[in-house]
Amino acid sequence: MRRFILHRLGILIPTLIFVSMMIFALQQLLPGDPALALAGEERDPQVIQYLRARYHLDQPLPVRYAYWIGGVLHGDLGESIRIQRPVAELVLEKLPVTGELTVLAMIIALAIGIPAGIVAAVKRGTAWDVAANAVALWGLSTPNFWLGILMILLFSVHLGWLPASGYVSPFESLWGNLATLIMPAFVLGNAIAAVIMRHTRSAMLQVMRSDYVRTARAKGLSERTVILKHGLRNALGPVITLGALEFGQLLSGAVLTEQVFTIPGFGKLVVDAVFNRDYAVVQGVVLCTASFYILLNLAADLLYAAINPRLRA
Amino acid sequence: MRGLIGSGLIALAFAGALGHCAQAQQLRVGLQEDPDVLDPTISRTFVGRVVFASMCDKLFDITPDLKLVPRLATGYEWSPDQKSLTIKLRDGVLFQDGTKMDAAAVKYTLDRDLTLPGSTRKSELAGVTGIEVVDPLTVKIALAAPFAPLIAVLSDRAGMIISPKAAEAGAAAFGNHPVCAGPFKFVERVPQDRIVLERFPDYWDKGHIKLDRITYLPIPDSAVRLANLKSGDLDLIERVAPTDLDEVKSNPKLITASIGELGYQGITINTDNGPQSKSPIGSDERVRQAFSLSIDREALVQVVYNGFFIADDQWTGPASPFHIKRPVPARDIAKAKALLAAAGQPHPTVNLTVPNTPTLMQVGQVIQSMAAEAGFDVKLQAMEFASGLAASSKGELEALVLAWSGRTDPDGNIYSFVSCGGALNDGKYCNKEVDTALQTGRTASDFAARKAAYDKVTEITDKELPIIYLFHQQWLWAMSKTIKGFTPYPDGIIRFNDVTKG
Repeated sequence: MRRFILHRLGILIPTLIFVSMMIFALQQLLPGDPALALAGEERDPQVIQYLRARYHLDQPLPVRYAYWIGGVLHGDLGESIRIQRPVAELVLEKLPVTGELTVLAMIIALAIGIPAGIVAAVKRGTAWDVAANAVALWGLSTPNFWLGILMILLFSVHLGWLPASGYVSPFESLWGNLATLIMPAFVLGNAIAAVIMRHTRSAMLQVMRSDYVRTARAKGLSERTVILKHGLRNALGPVITLGALEFGQLLSGAVLTEQVFTIPGFGKLVVDAVFNRDYAVVQGVVLCTASFYILLNLAADLLYAAINPRLRA
Repeated sequence: MRGLIGSGLIALAFAGALGHCAQAQQLRVGLQEDPDVLDPTISRTFVGRVVFASMCDKLFDITPDLKLVPRLATGYEWSPDQKSLTIKLRDGVLFQDGTKMDAAAVKYTLDRDLTLPGSTRKSELAGVTGIEVVDPLTVKIALAAPFAPLIAVLSDRAGMIISPKAAEAGAAAFGNHPVCAGPFKFVERVPQDRIVLERFPDYWDKGHIKLDRITYLPIPDSAVRLANLKSGDLDLIERVAPTDLDEVKSNPKLITASIGELGYQGITINTDNGPQSKSPIGSDERVRQAFSLSIDREALVQVVYNGFFIADDQWTGPASPFHIKRPVPARDIAKAKALLAAAGQPHPTVNLTVPNTPTLMQVGQVIQSMAAEAGFDVKLQAMEFASGLAASSKGELEALVLAWSGRTDPDGNIYSFVSCGGALNDGKYCNKEVDTALQTGRTASDFAARKAAYDKVTEITDKELPIIYLFHQQWLWAMSKTIKGFTPYPDGIIRFNDVTKG
């Protein structure tokens, strides 16, 4: 197991270096001049020149990369040109917000997806199955932003139950926090719920056909015990991997959702930074997200290896 | 399970209601963008000016009808040669850190504007050669040459006096904890979430301040901003979409306020910036005249903005005393066709770049179909704003739909755009006669002489059309009916003097 972990960690470092280069290079493909975009409406030539020099925008690409990666290795992600605050500080400030949103979304996704998947599998071919599939299809094909705006219209404007946008820290008010996050978390979790439902369903169908389930039934166990203890437990393996991978999906889905609900998280930070050509912020956020995604994959692999010894070789 | 979901929903609804109660004592304002750094010396965004208006008093301010009035100053006097300005300051004004606002602070602020690396104010104060403290309540600003727009410049960010003590202590981080002499002091900022200000009890003009706390929340989407206002999460929103006006007006809980802007929306033509300027529209003023004549500005505004914006072909807003009183030119297809025939270009192609927002795309499409009737083949190219700006300044575009938020003094609306080598002159238009008139506009002291100079600029640019002006926007605010005393200003900036809630 130790060799397996070391091997995986060994791959991690070159992956991260490659990712950092990709982030840096891809961003340079963005049209537009950051100094010009950040100089404001007046576009004062002196200010543009100052910004170019201060943020090394007048240097060749490899030199700029060296400046950036040198800083990153020293724990310095650079500074936002627009609001003049360290990127690391912004990342740390936004991370808990998006973290909370994605965890809540995942909980919602699992709470909907797994029971729906079980029902669809167990009641295969019945109206239950068709209904669950229809809901899943709806969840998969509903655009985030559209559902978000409709929910705002219903729950905030018409019913007045929930705030339309913004974010309240849980330390300020736990209820306020939940009230601001429940809609975005649902919107975000909705699509993942559909994916989880479909995977749970197919995994359950496979498991329920297997010999040991037949044996369990033959032993006279109750249907409930057969489904939950023998069926679901064995079907959950692939769902766990999927869940970990979907977490990454959630992070990217959060970009749009945060925009619609004006939640000051990672997604909003990066979108605003792209529009303002605040390169250091974009790089910092994407690097953190990419690292997080890679670590999640690693965690899923390790978890898998822990469950299935055949994978450790 | 069903019971659990039910009680959860009730709890959430309750939480929402609680949230509303807690916000009752403060005003929550929805902004279109998140401001950049809150340092008046460096600030570069329009929304930054909106927040500063509550936090940082200026030496001068404008009235809704664009007269300049003293604020931190009490009066001023120009020297006979117009090369030095003596400003008298208000006595007993305190900064929000308790230190005194005096001549030394004014000198400190203006020196900082002129010397801080990255200062956006430096070019606004370019003619200033020195600031002298005459006595604790008098400063003298020396100029290299007469500069008539100076008072107007000091009625914006350059005139926002900051606390030298706080600036020295904060150094580069001053923008994260700004300290000025305005009615509300800075409390906190969570980027992209909110900026919170609270009433400064020792404000010099506190009799006019009735609110305790203001929270600015950046919400870029106008539909979401409006939804927040309707649900009561916000009290006031800026830049309501004109297409939402009917909806807001039909809502009994909301009221609106509006006023014509200082700026304009126009099409910047590349007349002399690289190979793209060799296009039919870039190289021949008759083609530009024909293009302008083919546009029905009234219809354009009617179609895209429900008739709410102001059709016009001038670079000053209708509120400006420099705006020429004349009708908007009517559309004239026959004349446009004749001009194109004279130019030997009966069917010129125009590559028009438009920022990729839905309404501006619509503006482009309306222009495209109008110009087609005169024989133009307009090819629209949608471009994200920052990309368009970069391409335009590099001379990579033929024509770009571009807006300017406007300045109080006419110089701010025209000088950089059409003077030879001007910072915002992307098309590199250059006409010595225009330059001379622009200089006269800058240096002449009396209104009549300045007006004559700017009329001359208009006369020439109307013919040569480096920018084809289309319309002026109207600033549109919507607010809860409980808000009283709101006065719209043509600069679009929200001032909370005498505003009450509820």
